Amino acid sequence: MKRKQRRMWLLISALAGLGAVAALVLVALEDNIVFFYGPSELVAKAPAAGQRLRIGGLVAVDSVKKAEDGSVNFAVTDGNNTVPVLFRGLLPDLFREGQGVVAEGALDGAGLFLASEVLAKHDEKYMPPEVAEALREQGQWKGEGG
Amino acid sequence: MQTFRDFFDMGGYAAFVWPSFAACAVLMIALVVSSVLRQRRMRARLDEVEKLVRHAEGDEAA
Amino acid sequence: MTQAAAQRRGGGGWHRFANPARFRRIAGAVAPWASGLAVALLLLGLALGFFVAPADYQQGETVRIMFVHVPSAWMALFCYTALAAASAASLIWKHPLADVAARAMAPIGAVFTAQALITGALWGQPMWGTWWVWDARLTSVLVLLFLYLGYMALWQAIEDPAKAAKACAILAIVGFVNVPIIKFSVDWWNTLHQPASVLTTEGPKIHASMLWPLLVMAAGFKAYFVAVLLLRMRTELDGARLRALESRLAAAE
Repeated sequence: MKRKQRRMWLLISALAGLGAVAALVLVALEDNIVFFYGPSELVAKAPAAGQRLRIGGLVAVDSVKKAEDGSVNFAVTDGNNTVPVLFRGLLPDLFREGQGVVAEGALDGAGLFLASEVLAKHDEKYMPPEVAEALREQGQWKGEGG
Repeated sequence: MQTFRDFFDMGGYAAFVWPSFAACAVLMIALVVSSVLRQRRMRARLDEVEKLVRHAEGDEAA
Repeated sequence: MTQAAAQRRGGGGWHRFANPARFRRIAGAVAPWASGLAVALLLLGLALGFFVAPADYQQGETVRIMFVHVPSAWMALFCYTALAAASAASLIWKHPLADVAARAMAPIGAVFTAQALITGALWGQPMWGTWWVWDARLTSVLVLLFLYLGYMALWQAIEDPAKAAKACAILAIVGFVNVPIIKFSVDWWNTLHQPASVLTTEGPKIHASMLWPLLVMAAGFKAYFVAVLLLRMRTELDGARLRALESRLAAAE
């Protein structure tokens, strides 16, 4: 039995060491692992104009303006900070005001984010339309989209 | 017939919904079929070798 | 008598012969039930998923992809956890069935992982607007697929079964680090993939009309896993017996 116990402790300590190494690596690489920055993170980071990155947040309500030439203006917000975005191209089906969004592109000199790609990010809630409608009517829940 | 077409259309997302289910069906059925065939091949080889072993050890006993 | 010798005479001998025989008997009894249950649950789950579950308030009919995507992803993680546990049992207790189970599980887990990735792409394109992104969740699941494939390749690459079992067990356990990374990637980092909907600390965030079909499908996937696992373990055990007989034959000649 003693040998089996020794093997077990050896395995457990090896796994713990491995986990610690993995955690350190992941923390060190955090900047590369995050898929996007929120508006507040973007303000804090203050990246140089022209640097490629992704921003994510909610499409601010009443911010979407579609121009004649097919370009779209909207704002990405996290409640504290808001970043204006300009995009020309095909928007995903789930792109709506109040809905999550991730845009890839770069800031111009004036603080406008020029997006080359816009992806929709939805939340983890699933329900039938009637339930969403009922919840909205009861005012219990501020639904996204609609 | 209209309802059948609506069902097949999947609200305009037929090109994504049906291939998802088809891919899972194909992969899961393929895994079962290959596992069954593998077992049959193994069983056949095992029967053959068992016969050979019986022969060899029967000869020794005689 | 040394301890090792005692082990060989006592536990080892019993392990090596009586246990696989008993496993065969139990597996033979369970396999038909698992197969029948898998077919019944999967058919029921499909019927519920297509005819009873409603469309989603935002995602419309694409939400039905969830009924294969989520169980596939769950099973991909479950299989790897079981693979790592069996590998640990193999290294610590040298239980012969542990290697057999681990080796039989790998292709099943690989299939589930591939399904999660394929259905995820087919769901991501219409909803997110992209087939694939290199976010933490998607990337870590792709790594999981490579772990399964690497594990299977390593078994093929090493000829001596005992050495192969040991190397593969170590690979499986090292790779287990990836499992919590997959599960919590959506909480630890900004990802395009949304956080968990069912296994959350606050309870499921899916309406009951969609949750039930999902759980039935998940149970069907689990039963399918048991049925295929038992079959593949039988083949592995037959393979071990074949090797033993062949070496006996070679010794007799």
